[in-house]
Parts: sequence; structure tokens; C-alpha cells
Amino acid sequence: MLGYYVGMALRSVRRNVALTALMIVAVAVGIGASMTLLTALRALSGDPIPAKSARLYSVRVDNWGPDAPNNAMLSDLVSYTDAMALLRAQRGIRQSAMYETTFGITPASGDANPFTATARVAGRDFFAMFDAPFASGAAWSAADDEQRAAVAVIGAHLADRLFPNGGAVGRNVLLGERSYRIVGVLKPWHFQPRVYDLSSRLYQETEDVFVPLSTAVDRQLHTMGGSYCDHAVGTVFADTLRSECRWLQFWVELPDPAAAKAYRRFVENYAAQQRSAGRFHWPPNVALLDVNAALRAAKMVPDEMRVSTVAAFGFLVVCLVNATGLMLAMLERRAGELSIRRAVGASRGQIFAQCLAEASAVGIGGGVLGLGLTALGLAFERLILREDYARLVDLNLDAVWTTFGLAVITVTVAALYPAWNASRLQPAWKLKAE
Amino acid sequence: MEIAPVLRALTHRKIGVVLIVAQIALSVAILANSVSIVQQRQGLMRRPSGLDEANTFSLTNQFTGSSSDLSARIRTDLAALRAIPGVIDATAVQSFPLRGYGAATTVTLRPDAKSPFNAAEYSLTLNGLHTWDMKLIAGRNFHADEVKDFWLGISNGAPPTAIITRALAQRLFPHGGALGQNVYLGTSAPTQIIGIVERAQTPWAAGSAWGTFGPEESLLVPFQWVSPILAYVVRTEPGRNDAVLALAPKRLFAVSRARVISDAQTFADTRAEQYRSDRALGLVLTVVCGLLLAVTAFGVIALTSYWVSQRRRQIGLRRAVGARRLDIVQYFQVENLLISGFGAALGVALGFAGNAWLVSAFEMVRMSVAYVIAAAAALLVLSQVAVLWPALRAAALPPVAAIRWQ
Repeated sequence: MLGYYVGMALRSVRRNVALTALMIVAVAVGIGASMTLLTALRALSGDPIPAKSARLYSVRVDNWGPDAPNNAMLSDLVSYTDAMALLRAQRGIRQSAMYETTFGITPASGDANPFTATARVAGRDFFAMFDAPFASGAAWSAADDEQRAAVAVIGAHLADRLFPNGGAVGRNVLLGERSYRIVGVLKPWHFQPRVYDLSSRLYQETEDVFVPLSTAVDRQLHTMGGSYCDHAVGTVFADTLRSECRWLQFWVELPDPAAAKAYRRFVENYAAQQRSAGRFHWPPNVALLDVNAALRAAKMVPDEMRVSTVAAFGFLVVCLVNATGLMLAMLERRAGELSIRRAVGASRGQIFAQCLAEASAVGIGGGVLGLGLTALGLAFERLILREDYARLVDLNLDAVWTTFGLAVITVTVAALYPAWNASRLQPAWKLKAE
Repeated sequence: MEIAPVLRALTHRKIGVVLIVAQIALSVAILANSVSIVQQRQGLMRRPSGLDEANTFSLTNQFTGSSSDLSARIRTDLAALRAIPGVIDATAVQSFPLRGYGAATTVTLRPDAKSPFNAAEYSLTLNGLHTWDMKLIAGRNFHADEVKDFWLGISNGAPPTAIITRALAQRLFPHGGALGQNVYLGTSAPTQIIGIVERAQTPWAAGSAWGTFGPEESLLVPFQWVSPILAYVVRTEPGRNDAVLALAPKRLFAVSRARVISDAQTFADTRAEQYRSDRALGLVLTVVCGLLLAVTAFGVIALTSYWVSQRRRQIGLRRAVGARRLDIVQYFQVENLLISGFGAALGVALGFAGNAWLVSAFEMVRMSVAYVIAAAAALLVLSQVAVLWPALRAAALPPVAAIRWQ
């Protein structure tokens, strides 16, 4: 029976080429616009690490108190004092305090210009926590963390640039003024949005270099990421370490929600201790945010993207209303044919099913054309978006299926009334008029 | 032309009427809100930064190698930049207007005040005002003995003096008299306001809602920023900007190769980069609105054509009993005006509702009534133009169509 409907649908398309084409175009344009913006929006609001996003927590401790300005929401940064206290407690499966810096790198060959490498200062647990994939070597050891060893893990891009023939592990690299021994090289690592550092651009690529926190502090490497102070402090590095400035992220991996509750209590107790020790003068104010909560709190997807998406879906509704009107006109033209079918014994249900089958055919046509328009729209988006956003915006398989599903479902919905209207035709009525 | 028969006829085609009304209403709502947002963003994009934008460029410089003599290296670089023909002045800074990142400070009127103001903080030397082409509207520039090196690794107390923007002066001292007053920048040592400049946007002025301070609430302090990473801002003579920009990295590399130069760009490019999201939003909304108008116009044409074909008999009859072609055209125009008028009225209400939602959910700006009215008028005109084609076709039907049809 389905084959029969499909065959009739095709015949009907042939007979009403102009109207059908118009309908397909109307649907496709609406689908194209809304899928372009939806795909871009979804690319930007993705979960960077779905397998673990509920087990990784950003820890925040209020070390300024309720009277401090700009303290309405705790940022993802904590002070060095608090970061070290949490790190020493080792209450999670893994934990790492970290910050961002940069290095000028002078290539070994004399004529190449120096270049800048982005760097993350972290603990050894960082790699396992965020599933950083190693191509060779491994994270530095706990002993390296303790002994402030001059070791580094480098990213795939930098490894290719410095050691095009491979074999980077074990070699030394000059970062800034000091030499570091490479203990590990990462595979190309796409981790976006880069949730572990919410105070710099979220959609940047992962860092070129990773070095131990203990080593970086020992060498007085200043942060090049976010740094917020409640009071002006001297910029001698020791002052910064002692100060209440917030400049490190602290992330912890916990096995389950119960452990998260326990960890939160632990941090609250810590804040309470700081209060009784006279450092804090306010009740404990701490927060534990998992990956998705941290991303939401950072309001990472620009409002502009959401507003455009809303406008595009409004447009899709207009296109579908339009398609309904066109469908109505098309079925009216075919009233004679449908009446004959009724007269020779087709039931109302069969007429209704036939009309919906035809609508689905239009939906599939709209989906195909809409997909092409979406690809075109995304190319346009890549041209006009900020570079770090543009890199993410691409047509994936998921979007392809969503496009088809959306096209077929919406067109079928748009066809419901016209189909019902057509199925109500009295068999004799139209014939008598002819 | 009487309206009553047109209305009576419409009651026979309710669903078509509903479809057109819905399309027009949605179009008015979307168009009005989009135009309002685009206009507002373009207004933001046009605000001046305070710099001589057409004749300014910047580049980011990271020194490699030893960092012990940074201060001397910066001075040598600045001398090399100023020696390039066509350069008016150059300065080395941590940040500048629209850079996207920089420093901010709290500002209080008393050392122990609980709720401070916030302001962007720029470190600038004697050449700063000249390079940035900032106009002093009161007071004076810094004195040579006030300017000190400020660098990571050196404790450096509060600056003794500061120059503030007019916007910040009005915020701190709403009743005037800012010049000569002391303010406190997060320490107990006072900083005296010695000058007021007309305008200096903050590094984050392009952000729609950054922090708690306004886009022009900035403060200039007399420091030479000394750090391995800094920006050189260069002002050139008119027409020389691109040429000098191309030459500057070469001159700096001639001084020393131990550096990384990045982001060498004109101020126009800096501005474009900072407002990229706004521009993208504007483009997307413009495209969507263009398509929307086209689709709506086609919708009106298609449904009216459908009605014309349904009413061939009646049209033929009317023509046979003496109606002129003009009467037929007018009939469809009046009918369309009634339908789209109702749709537009509904669209005005829908537009305001949508705007209220945008304001609460996305921190968008409230839409002025003018946009909704303009959008409603635009859709009415569009709809009238769209209906002309099927109406003229209807008018072209010969009176005999009534009999020939069936």
C-alpha cells in the first residue's frame, strides 16, 4: 500500500511541479536557516568531556567576603593559599590547581624567528582528569611535582614544529630562559569548550606546553590568565602567593554524587577553619560545580547566537505556515481526482494517508535542499564568526539527521489540516459540479 | 467600495485567512525585533574609542631571552619606532581601548569605603596622551618625575596622580569638581586627579555587558608598563598607517631578533575583531529578515491565487453584471488590506511580547514603538504589492469565464 501512495505522490508531483517546487523551497529555506543556527549553537554549547563531565568539579572558595565588590558570583579562580590547602588535602581521586602562562620559544636553528607558546601550569593529575591523550611518554611523576623538576609535556603541534622527525621525549626544550626535559607528547587534543579555564577564551585550542605547578611557582612564572585582587598588592611573586588574589583554577575528580557532597562538606569545614583562624570573617561560602554547571555559570554561549537561533526558528514557523497554505491550494486543485478515488471506494483514512505520504515526500525534498542550504549557511557563518568559534562550526552527522527529521516532521504537521480537509470531500459533490 | 460583502466572503475561507494573518503577524514581530537589535548594535559599534583611530595601529611584542634589561629594551624599541618616517608618536602599554583584555581597579573616595566604583586602568607615560590623541578637557598631563616603571616583580605603591575620563569623573563626582580630588585605588595611599580627558573607552567596551562599569569609565596612571609581553601603540601621519604598520616589525627585528611579534594590525581591524559577534548577529538577522519578507510575499501571492482560482465563477459573474476590472482589483486589495491589517495589529502585540521576552532572557535592549510601527507598515505595503499580481490576473478574466469554467 505504501508503494502505491509513493507512486501516486510522485505522479502528483509531476502534475503540480510549480506548486510542489514552491513548497519544497519554502520548507528548505526555513529548515536551512534554522539548522544553520542550531548547528552553530550546538557546536558551541557542547560538553567537552561527556564521559566524565559529572565527575569533574571546579572548586570555588570565597576568600573576599560578602562586603567585597565584584563578589556576587564566585569565579572559577581561587587564591594560591586555598589552592595549596585543597591540593595538600588530596581528598579527591585526582586534583589539580592550575593557571595559564606563555613562553617565548627560540628554535634551535639560528635563522628561525622565536614564537610564542601557550602554556598551562598544572599538576600531574591534570592529564588523567581531562583525558589528555598521550602520543608518547607520559605525565610527569608525583616525585617530579614534589621536587619541582624541570619537566614538560608538549602538545602535538609544538612537537611537530620543534622536532619534525619525532623523538621529542627525553629531549630538552628552551622555554623562556630555562630548559625543560620533555617527558610526554600529546596527540592532537581537541577539548572544547576549554572548561578548565573559564577566564580566558573558551574555544581556544589546548595549550602547547604543560609544566608542573611546583616548578612554575619556584621559577616565579606569572599568570597570563585571569587574576583578580580585592586589594592592590605588590607584584613581587612572593606577595602574589601570600595575597588574597584569585588566579588559579582548582579542579577535583570525585567518583559519585555522594563523594561530591562529602567533598563540599570538607571545603566548607576548611572555610570554617579559616574563619576561626581569623583569615575569613564570614560564614563559609564555597561552591562545587561540575563541568556542565561550570559552563552554564560562565554563560559561555554568546547571547547573540541564541537570539539569532530564535529568529531563525520564528522564520521556520512562517515557512511552515506558508507550506500549509500551498498544500491547501494544491489539494484543492486535485479535488476532482480525490473525489473520484472516494467514489470508487477509497476510505477517508486512505485519502488522509495519501495526502500525508505526499507531504512526507515534500518534506524529504525540503530536507535534501535544506541540508544543502545548511551547508551553505554554515560556510557563511564561518566567514563572519570570530575565529575561535568558526573553527567549531561544522556540519556533522548528527545535524544531518536532525535536518531530515525536522523537515519531515514539520511538513507532516503542516499538512495535517489540508489532508484532513481533503479527506472530508463528499465523493459525489465534486463530480456533480464538473 | 463596501467592506461588508468582502468580510462576508472572508468567513467562507477562514483557514486561509488564519494562515495569512499568522504569517503577517510573525513577520512583523520578527522584523521589528531584528531591526531594533541591529540598529542598537550598530549604534554601539559607532561609538568612538577616543583614539585617532584612522591613524593608529598596534602590535603585541613578547621579548624572549633574558628579562633583566626589559626597561632598556622597551625604550630602544620605542626610539626605533619613533624614528620611522611618518610616525607621530609611539607608546608601550599593557592594554588600550577595545583590546579585549587589560587591567581594572577599584576606585573609592575614602580609603575605607565599602562599595567602590570600578574603572579600567591604563598605564601611560608622558607620550601617552599624544600617541592616543586624547583631548585633555581639564587639568594637565603627567610630569616627567611622576612616571615610574611598573613591572611584575617590583612592589610599586599607588600612583601619586591619575588622569580620568569625563565619564568616570561624572560617575565619581556627579556634582562636578573632580579635578584636584584624591581617590583611592585599592590602597590607603591617595591618588590625586590631575587631569580629565574627554574620552577613553575601556578594553572591554565592545562587550555588551561587562562588569559593573561603563564603556568609558577609565583611569590613566603614570606608569611605564614593563613586562615580557606588551603592546606597542603607534600613531602615524594621515595616510601613512598601512605603510608604517608594514615596516614596524622589520625595524623592531633589526633592533633585536629575540622577540615574538603578533597581532600587528590597524585600529580599524582591532575594532572589527572586537565587534565581530555584533556584526555577525546583524548579518544573520538581515539575511533571515530578507528571506522572511520574500517567503511572506510568496505566501500572500500563493493563497490569493488559490482564492482567485476558486472564485473564477463569481468573478466572471460580477464582470458579466457590470463590474469593471478596477473593481475586481480593488476587491482583492481591500480584502488583503483587511487580512494583513489584522495580522499587522496582531504582529505589533506579538512583537512587544517577543521583545519583553528578549529583554528578560538575553539582556537585549527594549524596542522603541517606532520599529514596530515601521515593521507593520512595511508588511502592509509588501502584502499590497504581492496581492497585485493575482488581483490583476483575476481582473483579466473574461466575463464568459463564469460559464466556460465548468
